[in-house]
Amino acid sequence: MTDSALSAVSTRPKSRLPAMWNRLRRNPVTFGALTVIVVLALVAILAPVIAPFDPDATDPAVALEGPSWRNLLGTDVYGRDQLSRLIFAARLDLIVPCCATMAALVVGALIGALSGYRGGWMDQLIMRMVEAVLAFPALVLAMGLTAALGNSIGNIILTLAITQVPIYIRLIRGEMLRVREMEYAEAARAVGNPPWRIVLVHLLPNCIPPLIVQATLAMGFALLTMAALSFLGLGIRPPDSEWGEMTAEGANHMVTGEWWLFVFPGLAVMITVLAFNLVGDGLRDFLDPRMRGVR
Amino acid sequence: MSLALYILRRLMSVVPTLFGVTLISFFLTYVLPGNPALVKAGPLATPEYLAEIERKMGLDQPVWVQYGRYVGGLFRGDLGESSATGRPVLQDFLQRLPATLELTLASLILAVLIGVPLGVLSAVHRDTIVDHLGRIVGVAGVAMPTFWTGLLFIYVFFYVVGWAPPPLGRLASGLSPPTSITGLYVIDSLLTANWPALWSSLGQLALPAFTLAFSVMAPLARMVRATMLEILQSDYITAAWAAGLPRRRVIGDALRNALIPVITTIGVVFGFLMAGNAVVETVFAWPGIGHYAVTALMTKDSGPIQSFVLFVAIMYVIVNLVVDLLYGLVDPRVRLG
Repeated sequence: MTDSALSAVSTRPKSRLPAMWNRLRRNPVTFGALTVIVVLALVAILAPVIAPFDPDATDPAVALEGPSWRNLLGTDVYGRDQLSRLIFAARLDLIVPCCATMAALVVGALIGALSGYRGGWMDQLIMRMVEAVLAFPALVLAMGLTAALGNSIGNIILTLAITQVPIYIRLIRGEMLRVREMEYAEAARAVGNPPWRIVLVHLLPNCIPPLIVQATLAMGFALLTMAALSFLGLGIRPPDSEWGEMTAEGANHMVTGEWWLFVFPGLAVMITVLAFNLVGDGLRDFLDPRMRGVR
Repeated sequence: MSLALYILRRLMSVVPTLFGVTLISFFLTYVLPGNPALVKAGPLATPEYLAEIERKMGLDQPVWVQYGRYVGGLFRGDLGESSATGRPVLQDFLQRLPATLELTLASLILAVLIGVPLGVLSAVHRDTIVDHLGRIVGVAGVAMPTFWTGLLFIYVFFYVVGWAPPPLGRLASGLSPPTSITGLYVIDSLLTANWPALWSSLGQLALPAFTLAFSVMAPLARMVRATMLEILQSDYITAAWAAGLPRRRVIGDALRNALIPVITTIGVVFGFLMAGNAVVETVFAWPGIGHYAVTALMTKDSGPIQSFVLFVAIMYVIVNLVVDLLYGLVDPRVRLG
C-alpha cells in the first residue's frame, strides 16, 4: 500500500517547462525567432526612445518620399516618417493579440477543465457549442462580431478572444480526459481533495505545456486576423494606427508607385507572425518528438 | 455499421451544429447591435412610434419566440433586407454568388494542383534540400497576410511588369458578360464560344485566384506531406520495396492511398478559402458576396454582413458533411469506427 502510494507520487510528471527552455536555446531557428519576438516587444515598449521621429509630426516638404538615409522606410502623404509610425504601431499589434490570447487561454482552460473533468450532459452541451463556434472561420466570425459590437479596441480584443476560446476548450478537455485517470489524480482523490483543488492544483498544471504551444501559434493567427479586420476597416481605425490599417492606407498610393507605403507594414505583420509560428513549431517538436520533421 | 445507418447518423450530427450556428447568428443580428427598432425608426421617432415598430418587428416578444421567427424566416429564404440597396439580402446574394463560387473553385483547383505535388515531393525527398525549401516556403506562406499577398501580386504583375489587367472586377471594361448559363464567366464563355470574354475573364481571375490559393497551399502541402510520410513508412510499402517493385510504382501506390485522407482536408481548406474571400474580393474589387458584405459595412448596413457570416458557416458545415459522407463511401473503415 505504502509502496504504491509512493510510486504514485514519484510518477507524477516533473515540470517540463525548464526542459522546454533548454531545448529552445539549442535550436537555432526557434531561438532566432524567439529573439525576434523579444526585440519586437522591446521596440514596442521603448518606442519613444527608438523612433527617429515623432510618428505624428507632419512635414509637407518631404511628403511621399521613398526610403532614404533620413527616412529609412520612406514617408507618407503627410510627410510622416514611416519607420517611426511602424515602431509605434507595434504597440497595438502586439498588445491586442496578446490580451486576446491571454483572456481566451484562461477562460478556455477553465471551461475545458470543467468540461473534461465533470463529463456528462454539461460536457456534451459545451462541446456542441464549441463545434458551432468553430463552424465560423475566425475572420468571418470576427467580422460579424465587430460589426455588431462596434470596433473599439476593447471589443476587438473581446472578438479575437471569442474566436480563440473553443480551441483551448477542446485542447484542455482532451488533456483532462487523459490525466484524470492517471495514478496521481487517483491519489489526489483518495486523500480527499475537493474536485476544484484536484483540477486546479493537480491536473491543470500538467496541461500547461501544450497550452503554451497553442497560445504561441494563436498569437500569430490573432495578429493576422486583427490586421485583416483593420485592413477591411472593421478593426483598428485612424487616428490609432496598426500595421493592417497602414497597409490599407498605403494601398491607395500603389497606382502612383509609392510601393513602400504598403510593402513595409505588411512585411512587419509577416515577420511577427512568422516568429510566433516558428517558436510555436519549435515548442511543439519538443513536446511531441514523434512528430518532429513530420508536420 | 451499415452504410445507410452511417449516413443517417452523420446527417443527424449536423442538427445540433446548425442549431448552434443559427443561434449565434441570431444573437449577432438581433440581440447585440442595440435596438434594431431604434435604428429603423430613426433618431427623431416618438416613443409611441418606436413601440409601434417594435411590435411590428416582434421585438416585444420573448427572445425564444424571436429566434423561432428568425429560423422560420431562414427556411423561407428570408435573410432580411439591405438598407443600402433596399432589396432582400437573398436577392443580392444570389446575384453575387456565382462570382464568389468562380473565385473559390478556381483557387481550390490551383491550391490542389500545386499543394499536392509539393507535399508529395517533400515527403519523397524527405530531409533533402527540396524538403527544406518546401518547408521554408510553407512557413513563410502561412505568415503572409492575404491582403498583402494580393497587393504584392497587383504591384508586381499589374504595375511593374504589366502582365495582368487592372484588378477591377471579373471582365475588362467594355466587354459584356457572356450569356449566363452557370454564372461562372469562364465556363459560360467557353460554352458559348465567346473567346474575347473567355480570355478576359481568365486574365481577371488569375491574380485573385492565385492570391487565395497561396493562402491555403502551405497547409495543404503540409497535410499531404504528413500523410504521405506515414504511408511511406507503413508495412505494405516496405514489402513493396522488398519485393523489388520499381520506384515509380511504389510511390504511385503510396500516393493513391495518401490522397484519400487528403480529401477530408478539403473541408478545412474550404473554411480558409471562405475566410480569405472577403479580403481577396475587397482587394481585387471582385463583385462577390464577401465584397458585398464588406461594402455594406461601410454604410453601417448590418443585414448583409450577418447574412454573409451565417451563409459561410452553413456552407462550411455542408461541405464538411459532404466530404465526410464521400469519405465514408470510399473508406469502409470510417463507417466501422
